[in-house]
Amino acid sequence: MSSIFRTIHTIKGTSGFFGFHKLESVAHVGENLLSRLRDGELVINPEIASALLALVDAIRKMLAAVEQTSQEGPEEYKELCATLTRLNEGKPAAKAPEALAVQAEKSLEAGNEAAPPPPVPATTPAPVAAVPPPAAPVQGAPKPSMGEILVQKGVAKQEHIEDAVQKQAAGDPRHIGEILIEQGAVRSEDVKEALQVQQEHVRASAVSESNIRVDVQLLDKLMNLVGELVLARNQILQFTATQEDSSFVAASQRLNLVTTELQEGVMKTRMQPIGNIWNKFPRVVRDLAAMCGKQVELEMEGKETELDKTIIEAIKDPLTHVLRNCVDHGIESPEARIKKGKPAMGRVLMRAFHEGGQVNIEIIDDGGGIDTDKVKKKALLRGLITADQSEGMSHREAVNLIFLPGFSTAEKVTNVSGRGVGMDVVKTNIERIGGTVDILTALGEGTTLKIKIPLTLAIIPALIVTSGGERFAIPQVSLLELVRLEGEAARKGIEKIHGAPVYRLRGNLLPVVYLNQQLQMDTATVGAEKVLNIVVLRADDRQFGMVVDGINDTEEIVVKPLGKQLKSISVFAGATIMGDGKVALILDVLGLAQHAHVVSATRDRNLAEGSKASSGNVEDRQTMLVFSAGAHGRMAIQLAQVARLEEFRHDAVEHTGAQEVVQYRGQIMPLVRLREVLFGTEEAAPASDTMQIVVYSNNGRFVGLVVDQICDIVHEAITIKHNEGRAGMLGSAVIQGRVTEMLDVEGAIKLAQSRKELALA
Amino acid sequence: MKQTSQYCTFYLDGLFFGVEVMQVQEVIRYQETTRVPLASAVVGGLINLRGQIVTALDLRRRLNLKEREKDRFPMNVVVRTDDGAVSLLVDEIGDVLEVKEEHFERPPETLKGLARDLIEGVYKLPDRLLLILDTHKACTLDAESAAVLKK
Repeated sequence: MSSIFRTIHTIKGTSGFFGFHKLESVAHVGENLLSRLRDGELVINPEIASALLALVDAIRKMLAAVEQTSQEGPEEYKELCATLTRLNEGKPAAKAPEALAVQAEKSLEAGNEAAPPPPVPATTPAPVAAVPPPAAPVQGAPKPSMGEILVQKGVAKQEHIEDAVQKQAAGDPRHIGEILIEQGAVRSEDVKEALQVQQEHVRASAVSESNIRVDVQLLDKLMNLVGELVLARNQILQFTATQEDSSFVAASQRLNLVTTELQEGVMKTRMQPIGNIWNKFPRVVRDLAAMCGKQVELEMEGKETELDKTIIEAIKDPLTHVLRNCVDHGIESPEARIKKGKPAMGRVLMRAFHEGGQVNIEIIDDGGGIDTDKVKKKALLRGLITADQSEGMSHREAVNLIFLPGFSTAEKVTNVSGRGVGMDVVKTNIERIGGTVDILTALGEGTTLKIKIPLTLAIIPALIVTSGGERFAIPQVSLLELVRLEGEAARKGIEKIHGAPVYRLRGNLLPVVYLNQQLQMDTATVGAEKVLNIVVLRADDRQFGMVVDGINDTEEIVVKPLGKQLKSISVFAGATIMGDGKVALILDVLGLAQHAHVVSATRDRNLAEGSKASSGNVEDRQTMLVFSAGAHGRMAIQLAQVARLEEFRHDAVEHTGAQEVVQYRGQIMPLVRLREVLFGTEEAAPASDTMQIVVYSNNGRFVGLVVDQICDIVHEAITIKHNEGRAGMLGSAVIQGRVTEMLDVEGAIKLAQSRKELALA
Repeated sequence: MKQTSQYCTFYLDGLFFGVEVMQVQEVIRYQETTRVPLASAVVGGLINLRGQIVTALDLRRRLNLKEREKDRFPMNVVVRTDDGAVSLLVDEIGDVLEVKEEHFERPPETLKGLARDLIEGVYKLPDRLLLILDTHKACTLDAESAAVLKK
């Protein structure tokens, strides 16, 4: 209501300034009525609503007349004014019924939106833009006025234009151009040129206005048909491989080209600029900020980035929700911001751009960031994580807790956000259309949300693989690389850490899954393969390798959804028809990764844990390696930190300077004798000619921890009592009923370093 | 109240079934099916029906009947559902029969639990009983039977 009032008020003011007195008085009466409505002194009812709509129509009519004839038009609007005045004198109501008011507001707004913006030079420099008022067609940019063009070209001065405008206002019926020529302010050639510019502009807008409305269902149908055509084309191409007839081959090549272009063209018809949904956001942010008592400015980059219509529909709500979160929770109050040395006005930036075959949408705010401590506390409270998990969590993992269902850090749930359903629904909706969500935050500085969505939904490039005698398609967007191991490398390539197979890819440990196992198909020969095919996939920013029997081609496939009986199987994203007419299933890489517990739903980083911790069942159990180092007894280390357990002969130890090393897997691995480093005691004469080494790996570099004896691997719930001041130790815990010290590996290594003053090369 | 109804009939393990003829899109011979790993055993697989991917449900398994013999290839009765076409795998196709309403009865007591749920009723024909299948229920696999492993 306020905004409508403001618009009418502005019209009243400036129409008076230009001498449009009729317009002024009509607007004035309307303004009075609106003012009372806005203040709640009057209740809106259908009669008032109609009168207001009539007011808007009248104003529109007059403005149109002004545009064309520089006069307000013949009508007097006496009746309208009388009605408005009468309604204004109506008795005030006790309370304005919300619903009706809102409804009326909506209809007025809808009416208002189509109305031309007031002829107020709010955005344009004061003198020039006045006459004629900028035309406001719904599409296309407003036609530049003669005065604007002439000043822009530099052939006329502001003052001359102003004079001419005044003359027109005073009743001179001629065009600006004519008046100026008569005054000698411009030459007739300039006016002619300016006219041409105007004409071109009109033509250009006319061209861009040649749009046509098409039923969305028809477009969907076209999309489907194109999809079928793509499949048929694939089948034909398969045949051409075996054909000699050159004219046939030529014709099918042509078919191929045309189909590809047609596919691209039809895709485009459904593309809409993201600006279509973004345009509502500044208002949303403004209202929200006002409601929360904050100052927030919204900037948008990349409004013209185009997305498929269905994607736009799907992300509208998630984006709105994220924005609300930014304003409600992200941006601090102006006082808090000033205290922190930030400008009182918070800033939210929305960016959209195409990259890597995907649409990227980023929402960046300079608010307070996400407090991971608060997040962890809340998650603990809600029973979503355990105390141990909370302690062992990385910053990234803690931040991602907000995506868990049932989570909310708002102390009180406002009607704005914080209902506890938000972020997980955002994530689900985005993942449903094949996208990913990522969140980066720095406490006190701000938060960035990154959304990536694949550009095309229906036809995607995919790699065809075989496993268990069946063919499967892997969307190329999730595919990182292919690894082929033969012979010796195939046999030794896959190593095991506590039963979980891994592969070393350029130094990084890659969890490995076997597709035939995951799909519970018959595994013909396991272990005796001569050739190992590993497909390196990416799911949710984690990488893993998948062993398949064979790798076929890359093809463009049409994604067809599975029936409702099969939709719940998370490892499949859909199905497709291959060139030979047979059906093949399309793998859902993320679903597969979750199914294999490579990427667990609760983001447990302890891979060796296997299914227990990641099934969502909160358990405190950890897997630990217990060993002895020195006569002082037992020590333990989390098994996840152990790369391997090795045994070396004493004579394998070599030296580089003062540092003991052994050669290990192509590296020179430094040794840390824990007994010496932690307890300062020299080792007594060795009991055997081999020594036990716990290999610890950090970023591809190995360190060998020399221990006395490996005792056991246990799986227990423990609580660590932290001891201060003990370098190299995290604390102590009771394991297997005995007091055991927990080793701080990094600490111990640093200790060894400082003792021997060496650099870990 | 209409006097007669028309049913598309088929055989399953010696039993005689029928579905309302209007629900049937087409009847085709054995189609090569693509297995769906991790799906319930009721899902026979996926078939390519003129470019559309249609789920095929093994009715014997759906009705908890004996497994089909290895050398028998099932026929496809493709029915229309809200979700699209679904193919029902049956032993053999029968004729389209027109039956009189007066011969209709609720399912007999002798029919076991699950099958009883899926049978709408029975027509008493001169020489045998025609069991009318509830197509919608037959095509809906509940949460448990829908997938062996879910998200």
